[in-house]
Amino acid sequence: MRPVRLCAVSATLAAISLVAVSGCAEKADAGGEGAIKVTATDDSCEVSKKKFPAGHVQLAVENKGSKVNEVYILYPDGRIVTERENIGAGTKAKVTAEIKAGEYEIACKPGMKGHGIRQKVEATGGGKTAERDPKLDAAVAAYRDYTLQQAEQTLPKAKKFAEAVKAGDLDKAKKLYAPSRIGWERTEPVAESFGDIDPKVDLREDGLEDGQDPKKDWTGWHRLEKSLWKTEKITAADKKLADKLIKDLTDWKDRVGKAEITPTSMANGAKELLDEVATGKVTGEEERYSHTDLVDFKANVEGAQKSYSLLEPVAKKNDAALVKELDKQFSALNKLLDKYREDDGEDKDDYSFKSYDKVGKSERKELSDAVNALAEPLSKLAAAVAK
Amino acid sequence: MTPEQAPEQERREPARAAGERPAVARRSLLGWGGAGLALGAVAAGGTATALHNDSADAASDAGRAVPFHGAHQAGIATAVPDRLHFAAFDVTTEDRAELIQLLKDWTAAAARMTAGHAVGEGAFGPIPESPPDDTGEAAGLKPSRLTLTIGFGPSLFDKDRFGLHEQQPEALVDLPSFPGDKLEKARSGGDLCVQACADDPQVAVHAIRNLARIGFGKAAIRWSQLGFGKTSSTTPDAQTPRNMFGFKDGTRNISGTDTKALDEHVWVAEKDGPQWLAGGSYLVARRIRMHIETWDRTSLKEQEDIFGRDKRKGAPVGKAKEHDEPFLKAMLPTSHVRLAHPDSNNGARILRRGYSFTDGTDGLGRLDAGLFFLAYQRDVRRGFIPIQRKLARNDALNEYIQHVGSAVFAIPPGVRDEDDWWGRELFS
Repeated sequence: MRPVRLCAVSATLAAISLVAVSGCAEKADAGGEGAIKVTATDDSCEVSKKKFPAGHVQLAVENKGSKVNEVYILYPDGRIVTERENIGAGTKAKVTAEIKAGEYEIACKPGMKGHGIRQKVEATGGGKTAERDPKLDAAVAAYRDYTLQQAEQTLPKAKKFAEAVKAGDLDKAKKLYAPSRIGWERTEPVAESFGDIDPKVDLREDGLEDGQDPKKDWTGWHRLEKSLWKTEKITAADKKLADKLIKDLTDWKDRVGKAEITPTSMANGAKELLDEVATGKVTGEEERYSHTDLVDFKANVEGAQKSYSLLEPVAKKNDAALVKELDKQFSALNKLLDKYREDDGEDKDDYSFKSYDKVGKSERKELSDAVNALAEPLSKLAAAVAK
Repeated sequence: MTPEQAPEQERREPARAAGERPAVARRSLLGWGGAGLALGAVAAGGTATALHNDSADAASDAGRAVPFHGAHQAGIATAVPDRLHFAAFDVTTEDRAELIQLLKDWTAAAARMTAGHAVGEGAFGPIPESPPDDTGEAAGLKPSRLTLTIGFGPSLFDKDRFGLHEQQPEALVDLPSFPGDKLEKARSGGDLCVQACADDPQVAVHAIRNLARIGFGKAAIRWSQLGFGKTSSTTPDAQTPRNMFGFKDGTRNISGTDTKALDEHVWVAEKDGPQWLAGGSYLVARRIRMHIETWDRTSLKEQEDIFGRDKRKGAPVGKAKEHDEPFLKAMLPTSHVRLAHPDSNNGARILRRGYSFTDGTDGLGRLDAGLFFLAYQRDVRRGFIPIQRKLARNDALNEYIQHVGSAVFAIPPGVRDEDDWWGRELFS
């Protein structure tokens, strides 16, 4: 990632969220007096001060480990205040930010992935501390970890798929296509919130506008899907597209940590995943050539269920009947989907589902009814956590 | 929308919903609220009172509210407004208690919507993060004489479903197949039905849409049908509407004020049994596709012979005016009026409430149009079944029509008051 662009992103984010934060590692002055020393190794993240005055804060980072590291200042819900990536082994870096009073975390991520090693810190004095619900912060933070984990797990699968495409191995690419999409489908609302990544990787041909050329402007999974199943030919252009898919997905992974996630957006994101199912999967439009719609379907439901399960403790307190209904409907829909599994059901990571073109009209109606039965109460989850 | 989220007290709180509506809706609610309560005590008189207003001044009356509470459900003998949305539902829950709760929730929503109010906490709140209880497209519209009428299909009484098998009326059985039927499964049957009639199509569609929404997880729409023009009326003083063949049909329909005929032919009497259905009725719904294009190429003479009526005035063959008593023997033995007339059917009469429909075109450029036939009766075995058997065998009209959808429902009696609910007699 290019640090220059990172600065821009952080500044925009801060402006949008009206939080007095501007983090930009590059502009930082030399770490003078009052800088907080962050000493990172491959398995530790030491902070010299855990309490410091709010306002202009400077981190002086030293990577004493052997892995490339990253350092973050995070809100209690896991959203990034500011960050510095690519801190090479044995090198130093500086990070600055304007920080309001409140609780934060400083995280080091040796190897630049995962949850990282975190230290709780507090900026004191000056200005009012926003009221936060620790339970909801924890839910958002856990969901952010989940989305990051999904992105990190998707990349290697997508790379395998891309390699098969590039090797011209039609059968192998077909087999790897649907599994490469699972992590994406589970967390799609977060990816969509970035605006520009979704159309690059998940656009369907009919999503193109008049005047756009499918040959030039259509990229991502579904274009490859068409080549694999419809024309059954992998072209030189497809091989380039496979590389581009990986590039775009890497961009997605790198940006997940900056997503604006709130308890309400988590709840509505769960509902949106069900909307995706209702409008794209139940109709068989999403995977019109591969007919792997049920794999996406299942992944959408799993992603929705993850959001829900993290919000459940809070929702239960406010609306116990809703939680009961949601538990029931999630279970009913999962049970219905299990009927379409073509594996033995033992291995939950095996996403082998019946080809959707073999799913009859009355079966689709039954699936649609079950989706409505879940989506309707799910649309009330936001109210139950916003109370 | 479930009571857990919106306690009964709040849902009936009129202030919030009334505030969303223009003053007209409020006034009609107040004006008719009193009448509605009084009607609950009187059996057939309630309907008569409601109808009196209709026939007296139907045009200026369009838009007002029809009382929801009463001895009989509204939407049968009450005046027929011009628009219909009819929906058949499959009950998807297997839990009797959930079904009962759904019927209670539906009743509460129906009482609000027929009075011109939004359901639940309204269409514009209470919080921005959550979808409103009401879908909103009827906000600001008048009550539009909306009636909502519920029915229970034979399949609801199946063994091992909701413990209703013993309560299934003898008369509530799937209709026999008639010659020429080409019934589509996806347009037939249903555990429940709701008939929504209104002056304003948006009000009727809003009602079905919101009931369907409340039903998600408990009941799912199996099929639904829009109707854009009434083909029969229960107000004999009013003009008889024309059907899609251009004819006045249903001239001699049972009048909503003819309590004697209603008691004899429409309402289930206590002695008919079962007990829970007393004051109710039976509904037959048939989607009848009309072969519009071939009909239009048929000579006027043949069209009139087929119906047994004059096309301009609707007068029976050999008579001058629509309401003149028909002389059946002057008509062809295969003419529609002659075959359907009570005199040809041992006096059998049914209350017709059908609507014309046009669901666009059929892919061959032909109008997918026809009659959505709705008929209420005291016993289908003495009403629709013998009449249709005769028509299906002999009616000259059969060349131009085809029955493509069919359903039959038992219609419970009316909801008496605020504490009552649809189907209470059946489930108690």
